[in-house]
Amino acid sequence: MNWLLEPLEFGFMRQALLAGILVAITCSALGVFVVLRQMAFMGDAVAHTTLPGLVIAYLNRWNLFFGALIAAIVTAIGIGWLSRRQQLREDTAIGILFSGMFALGIVMISYTNGYRDLTHMLFGNILGVTTSDLIGIILVSIVVLGALLAFGKELILTSVDPLHSQVIGLSAERMRYLLLILLAMTVVTAIQAVGVVLTTALLITPAATASLLTKRMHIMFIYSASVAIAGCVIGLYSSWYLGISCGGAIVLACTSIFGAVFCIRNLAFMRW
Amino acid sequence: MMATTHSHPLWAYGLRRHRDPQPGAVALSIEHLKIAYPGQAKLAVDDVSLTIDIGRRVALVGPNGAGKSTLLKSIVGLIQPREGIIRIYGNAVGACHHRTAYLPQRIDLDWRFPMTVKQLVMTGRYVHLGWFKRPSAEDWKIVLESLERLGIRELANSQIGELSGGQQQRTLLARALAQESSLFLLDEPLNAVDEKTREVVDDVLREHALRGGSVFAATHDLVSLEESFDESIHVVDGKIDRVAQYTAKSGVTCLQAPHHCAHGTCP
Repeated sequence: MNWLLEPLEFGFMRQALLAGILVAITCSALGVFVVLRQMAFMGDAVAHTTLPGLVIAYLNRWNLFFGALIAAIVTAIGIGWLSRRQQLREDTAIGILFSGMFALGIVMISYTNGYRDLTHMLFGNILGVTTSDLIGIILVSIVVLGALLAFGKELILTSVDPLHSQVIGLSAERMRYLLLILLAMTVVTAIQAVGVVLTTALLITPAATASLLTKRMHIMFIYSASVAIAGCVIGLYSSWYLGISCGGAIVLACTSIFGAVFCIRNLAFMRW
Repeated sequence: MMATTHSHPLWAYGLRRHRDPQPGAVALSIEHLKIAYPGQAKLAVDDVSLTIDIGRRVALVGPNGAGKSTLLKSIVGLIQPREGIIRIYGNAVGACHHRTAYLPQRIDLDWRFPMTVKQLVMTGRYVHLGWFKRPSAEDWKIVLESLERLGIRELANSQIGELSGGQQQRTLLARALAQESSLFLLDEPLNAVDEKTREVVDDVLREHALRGGSVFAATHDLVSLEESFDESIHVVDGKIDRVAQYTAKSGVTCLQAPHHCAHGTCP
């Protein structure tokens, strides 16, 4: 048992674990909607486009969290605006903004002195989570989970039957913007854990694993959160004992769980 | 007018007040409606005028691309007309949306979404719930009764992704019943469904009309027009080609108490 408790004697490890679990729960809950509405590419794009926001905030010594959040929300709204009335297909709009914003971030990094901070932005630094970061993560988790609870029935209706929701006066478009803003907030918290490049994994992989296991939505949320929390804990401990990158370890742990579930499911089918 | 358990939601969607029917108004009246799609010069609906009385079942007949779906969508506010007036129970589009049930074509829904049949039918109650309010025991009772009426009570807990075409159609009609709406607008309700579903749908629509509801259904099926409808309106290229009456208009009897009746003619 000692090997479980030993890392927790360090304050930064306790904070990392708490931050990781909160991020895991928020990502995995929103991830269920992202997976069911086939918005995986969107989640990835929002994550990448936070880079210029992070760099601007870093250069001006602003709070990195809010820099990333503003960039993510601007992207989310920009994509919605570009693809409104099908002027451009949504995936095309995403592709344009995604690469453009990421390139802007990379160009701006030329103005910074070192690449150490860049590494943290790209690949996450959950062991370096400060108390103020943690407060930010807690607030975002409350807002996102609260919004999912409050607007759950409308989010589900606009996903299944946008025409009916439109007819009863519930704008499917506005619910989509709400989801995009929640997505932006969630992605920004996930960046602290696993970085810009790997954030999609926390969003998609646990929810996708859950969707293999059940067709009941509320159970899907529970499975998805369990996978994400397990991935986070396993990742943090392996990072501690093996001396490997935290972000990478967390994502690999989630991916392994997905792989195992996928194989077991398919073996079960073959037996039938 | 049908008796319903409507109460105005505390936080209605779209901030719209639910208006009561205007006294003496017909279910639906359309005058000189013209609709064009953006960037297209040709009108999809070209100067259409029609009236649907309370208690009538009217078929909207025409080939694919004749403008049937477009016309139905404009009545529920999904498409903005270029010109013309639409009145539902004497009110503007949107003011009576709690009394209007629109059944989209089955292809317009995402049936792969994890949801049970009774949950989908429950979305018919949402217009009465509004934001933040959760379904009550009364709402669930209404949902189960609607499923019963459509003969799919045993499917209540099935996933919507497992339904056959006919069962999907019955689920959508059950939702319209659960909404307790008076005017049903149906887009191809009998397209590629089994014989049993056709019978059940016919029955439900007949009963709906007898109770003072009205039906406006797009169809390209000419076989059972006379048995299933009181009237048919044939459209070609967005224009009304001809109108056929199958039953006399005056025969409508409203079975509801006078204060629920919007005819103005009930005893």
